[in-house]
Amino acid sequence: MPDVIGWIWSHTALVGRTAQEHAILSAVALLLVLATSLPLGFGLARTGRPATLVVAAANTLRTVPSLALLVIMLPILGTGFLPSVVALTLYGLPAVLLNTIVGLREVDADVVEAARGQGLSEAQILRDVTIPLALPVILAGIRTAAVQIVSAATLAVFIGGGGLGELISSGLALMDMAQLTAGALLVALFAIATELTLGTLQRSFARRFGAPA
Amino acid sequence: MAWAIENPAALGEALLRHMVLVGLALLISLAIALPLGIWSARRPRAYTAVLLATGLLYTVPALALFALLVPFMGLGTAPAVTAIVLYSLLVLTRNVAVGLQTLPGEVLEAADGMGYGRWRRLLAIELPLAAPVIVAGVRLTVVTQVSVATVGAFIGAGGLGDLIFQGITQDIGEKVLAGAVAASALAVLADEALRRLERRLAASQGGEP
Repeated sequence: MPDVIGWIWSHTALVGRTAQEHAILSAVALLLVLATSLPLGFGLARTGRPATLVVAAANTLRTVPSLALLVIMLPILGTGFLPSVVALTLYGLPAVLLNTIVGLREVDADVVEAARGQGLSEAQILRDVTIPLALPVILAGIRTAAVQIVSAATLAVFIGGGGLGELISSGLALMDMAQLTAGALLVALFAIATELTLGTLQRSFARRFGAPA
Repeated sequence: MAWAIENPAALGEALLRHMVLVGLALLISLAIALPLGIWSARRPRAYTAVLLATGLLYTVPALALFALLVPFMGLGTAPAVTAIVLYSLLVLTRNVAVGLQTLPGEVLEAADGMGYGRWRRLLAIELPLAAPVIVAGVRLTVVTQVSVATVGAFIGAGGLGDLIFQGITQDIGEKVLAGAVAASALAVLADEALRRLERRLAASQGGEP
C-alpha cells in the first residue's frame, strides 16, 4: 500500500485546491441541472407528445459515456471550467428530468380528483398534494444526478477543468503511486459522502412529506 | 469527420478492441452476478450485504476505480477488465435477485406440485420467467461498461478511449471527436438492441397463462 496519508499530509495545498475545484464544479453543475430540469419536468409532465419526445431525448443523452460528453465540448467551448460545467450539467440532467416527469405522472389521478372535489385550487393541489407525493421520486433523481456529477467531474481534468482528477492524472503520468492512490481515495470518499448525505436527506424528506396522513 | 475517413482501420481496430473489452467484462460479470443473485435472492440478510458491497463499488468514480487497481495490477487489460467487472456487479446482481424475488408464489407452488426439483424449477421456470428483468439489468450494465471502458484507455486498456486520449495529447480534435462519437454510438446502439430483446422477452411471456 503506497503512503497515501504521508502524501496528502505533505501536499495539503494541492489537495485543498483540487478538492475545492471539484466541489465548485459539481455544485454549479448540480444547481444548473435543478434550475433547468425541474421547471422543464413540471411543465412537461401533463403534456402528451412533447413529454414523450423529451423523455426519448433524455434517455439517449443518458447513454452517452461521460468522457465522450466532456470531450465533445472541446471543439465547441474549448478547455477549462465552462465546457466542464456544461458537460456535467448535460450528464446530470436526464436523471432529474426523467424522475420529475415520472414522479408527477405517477401521482394517483383519483387523489388529485378527490382534492379537487374538496374545493382545493389548482395551486393548492400542486403544493399540498402533487408535489409531496412526487417528491420521493424527484429526490431520488437529484441524488442520482449529484453522484453522477461528482463522479464525472473526476474526468474534467482531461479538458482542463481541474478537480481531484488532477491528482490521479498526474499521479499516473509520474507513476507516483502515493499520489495516484490519494487522488482515487479522495474522489471515492467524495462520491460516497455525496451518496450518503443525499440518501439521508431523501429519507428524512420522504418521512416528513411522503408518509400517509 | 475527416480523421475517421482517413483512418478507417484505426477506428475499426479501436471499436473492435472496445467491444472485446466490454464482451469480456460482461461474460465475467455475468459469471459472478448470476450465482450471486440466485444465491442471495431468498436470503434477505445476504441480499442486503451484497447490495451494500456492490453499491459501494458502484459509487466509486470509474477513474478512481482504475487508479486504485494500478498499484496492485499495473497497467493494461487485466486491471481494466477487473474494474469494469467490479463496476457492473450492483446492477446485474440486483436485477437477477429482483427478477427471482418478484415471481408470483403460485407459479413456484405449481412447479413444486408438479414434482420439479429445486434446480429444475430454477432452470426451467424461474430464470426464464425472470429473463426480462435480468436482460434489463444486462442492458443497463452494457451501457455502463461501454462508458467505463472509454476511461479504461487511461490505464492502457486501448479501445475508443485511446483515440480520445491520443487525440488530446496530439492535439487532433477530429480524432478526439471520432472516439467520442463512436463510443456514444456504440452505447446508444447497444441500448436499443437490448431494449428490443427485453421487449420481445416480456411480450412472449405476456401470452402465457
